[in-house]
Amino acid sequence: MIRIENMYKIYRMGSNEVCALNGVSLHVKPKEFVAIIGPSGSGKSTLMNIIGCLDTPTSGRYFLDGEEVSKLKDDSLASIRNRKIGFIFQSFNLLPKFSAVENVELPLIYMGVGKKERRKMAIEALERVGLGNRIHHKPSELSGGQQQRVAIARAFVSKPSIILADEPTGSLDSKSGTEIMNIIHELHASGKTIVLITHDNNIAAQAERIIRIHDGKILDEGEVA
Amino acid sequence: MRWIQAFKMALKGIASNKIRSALTMLGIIIGVSAVIVMVSIVQGSTRQVTERLQGMGTNLINLSIRGRGSTRRVNEKDLLEFAQNNSDIIEGIAPTISGNVTVKVGNKNLQTNLVGTNEVYETARNTSVQQGRFINALDVERRQKVALVGTYIQQELFDSINPVGQHIKINGDIYTVVGVLEAKSNSTAGSADDVVVIPYTTAKRLLRNAMISSYYVQAKTPDTVEQAMTKLKDFLFKIFNNENSYMVFNQADMLESVNEATKSMTMMLGGIAGISLVVGGIGIMNIMLVSVTERTREIGIRKAVGAKRRDILAQFLIEAVVVSCLGGIVGVLLGIIFTNIIGNALGIPSTPTMLTMLISFSFSAFVGIFFGLYPASKASKLSPIQALRVE
Repeated sequence: MIRIENMYKIYRMGSNEVCALNGVSLHVKPKEFVAIIGPSGSGKSTLMNIIGCLDTPTSGRYFLDGEEVSKLKDDSLASIRNRKIGFIFQSFNLLPKFSAVENVELPLIYMGVGKKERRKMAIEALERVGLGNRIHHKPSELSGGQQQRVAIARAFVSKPSIILADEPTGSLDSKSGTEIMNIIHELHASGKTIVLITHDNNIAAQAERIIRIHDGKILDEGEVA
Repeated sequence: MRWIQAFKMALKGIASNKIRSALTMLGIIIGVSAVIVMVSIVQGSTRQVTERLQGMGTNLINLSIRGRGSTRRVNEKDLLEFAQNNSDIIEGIAPTISGNVTVKVGNKNLQTNLVGTNEVYETARNTSVQQGRFINALDVERRQKVALVGTYIQQELFDSINPVGQHIKINGDIYTVVGVLEAKSNSTAGSADDVVVIPYTTAKRLLRNAMISSYYVQAKTPDTVEQAMTKLKDFLFKIFNNENSYMVFNQADMLESVNEATKSMTMMLGGIAGISLVVGGIGIMNIMLVSVTERTREIGIRKAVGAKRRDILAQFLIEAVVVSCLGGIVGVLLGIIFTNIIGNALGIPSTPTMLTMLISFSFSAFVGIFFGLYPASKASKLSPIQALRVE
C-alpha cells in the first residue's frame, strides 16, 4: 500500500540546511492501522505531508498502490490526494463560510461528481458520523468535536483507501476525543488504511502498529500487544 | 461542468464579502459609466450639429460676396443668368437678403428676422410650407407684397386664426400672408421659426439695400456639387480677378470639419474616462491580492482535498471577471441614465449607441481578466502545506 524507501527531506533556510527526514524507510500494508509517534520537531509532520502527497521528498522513493508518486508534479499529486487520501487535521481545516454539507462536498466537486449525487453522498457521510441533523450548520455553529466529525466525513466521502489523521484529537476534550477515535476505529473496521500521527502514547496504543520517529529517523517498529 | 462549478464558487466568494465587492465594483462602475456618458454626449452634439447642417438643405453651396475694393460688381441678375447657362449642373440660385424688421398684426407687434429670397430657397434650404404656398417667380418679378411667416410669428401674432390671407404690417407696409412655414426648430424667439419671408425684390426696397451679397446655390445632384463650385469660382474670378472678393463653400466641407473636431473630442474624453477604468482595474487587482492573502488557508484546504492549479486559478480569475462584469453592467445602466440626465440638462439629446455600450462593457471584462490574472495565478501556485500552516 504505502512503501517508502530511504527518504530524505532537506529544507533550506537561508544558508542553513535542516534535515527533516534522514533516510526513512517504512511500509504500511493495506487496511492496516498505523500510528506514527514522535516529539515535535521529529519530522513526523514532514513524513505525514509526504505520505499525504502534499509535499515531495528531496530524495528517496515513495510508492502508493505500486505507483511511484515521489516524482509527480503538482496537479498529478492533487489528483492522487483527491482519489486516494482523506485528511483529518488537528485544526479541522473547514471552510468557515460553508455549511457542513458544503464542506463535505468539497472533494467531490474536484472529483467532478454531479450536483445531486454529490449532495446525496455528503449527507450520507454526515449521517454516518452522527451529524445528519446538522448538515446546514456553519462550522462556527458546531462544537469542536462536531467540527472534527464534519472533517472526518469530508475525509472519507470520496471513498479514499487511506485516511491520514494528524493529531485528530489534539484540540479536543477527552470525551470528544474518544468519540473521534471511535469513528476512526469504525473507518478502519470498514476497510480503510489508517495512518495516525500523534505525540500521545495512549492514542498511539490504539493502533495495530506504532512507528516511532526521532530526529528524522525511525527508531523501532514494534507490534502492539 | 468544471467552469459552472468555478463560477458558482466565485459568486459565493463575492457574496461572502459584499461591501468589499461593491467597493471594488465602484471603480469599474464609475469608469464604464463615465466612458458611456462622455462618448454619448459628444456623439449627441455631433448629431445635432450634423442635423442642423443637413437641415439647411442638400446639394447646397453657399456664396457670399464681399466685393469691396473692387471696381466690378456682380448682382443677382448676373448670377441667375449664370445658373441658367449651367442648368445641367445647377438647379437654381436663391439670392438672399436679410434684416431686422418690426411686424405688426392688429395691435400686437414684435421684432423679427426678415429674409428676402425667391422660389429656389424653398428646395435649396429645405424649407417646407405647412399652409398656403411659397413665394413664386411672379411674386419676385412683380415685387409683390406677399409674406410667409414662421411658426413663432404665427403663434405670437395670429393666435388660433389661420394666417393665410391675413394682412401683416412689416415696417409699416401692408403685406398679405400667403403661407406658413413648417417648424424647423422649437418655435421659440430667436430660433429658425422666428422669421418672415418675402420676395427679395420687395426686400431690397424695404431694407433699402441695393446689393445682395448672399446666395444659396443648389446643385443638381450631390455629385455635381464640386463641379458647380468650380464653375462658380471660375465665373466669379473672371469678374473680380481677386479670390478674396467672394467666398464659396458647401455643406460637405463644414460637415467634414465638424466631424474632424468631434472625432478628436470623442477620443480625448473617451481616453480620459478610459483611464478611470484602468484605475478601477488596479483596484480589482489590489483587492484580489488581499483576498488571496486572506484566503490562503482556504486555498490550502481546497488543494489538500484535490483542487488542481487550474481549479484555483479559475476560481479567483472568475471572481475578478464577475466583479468587473457586474460593475460593467451596472456601469452601462448608470451610463444610460446619466447620459439622459446630462443630455437633457445640456439640451443635447443623446442616447448611448449599442457599440459604445458594448465596447465599454467588453473593456470592463477585459480589465477583470487582465488585472485578475496575476492574483489568481499567485493563488494557484501556493504550496498546500505552506497554505495550511497559515493561521
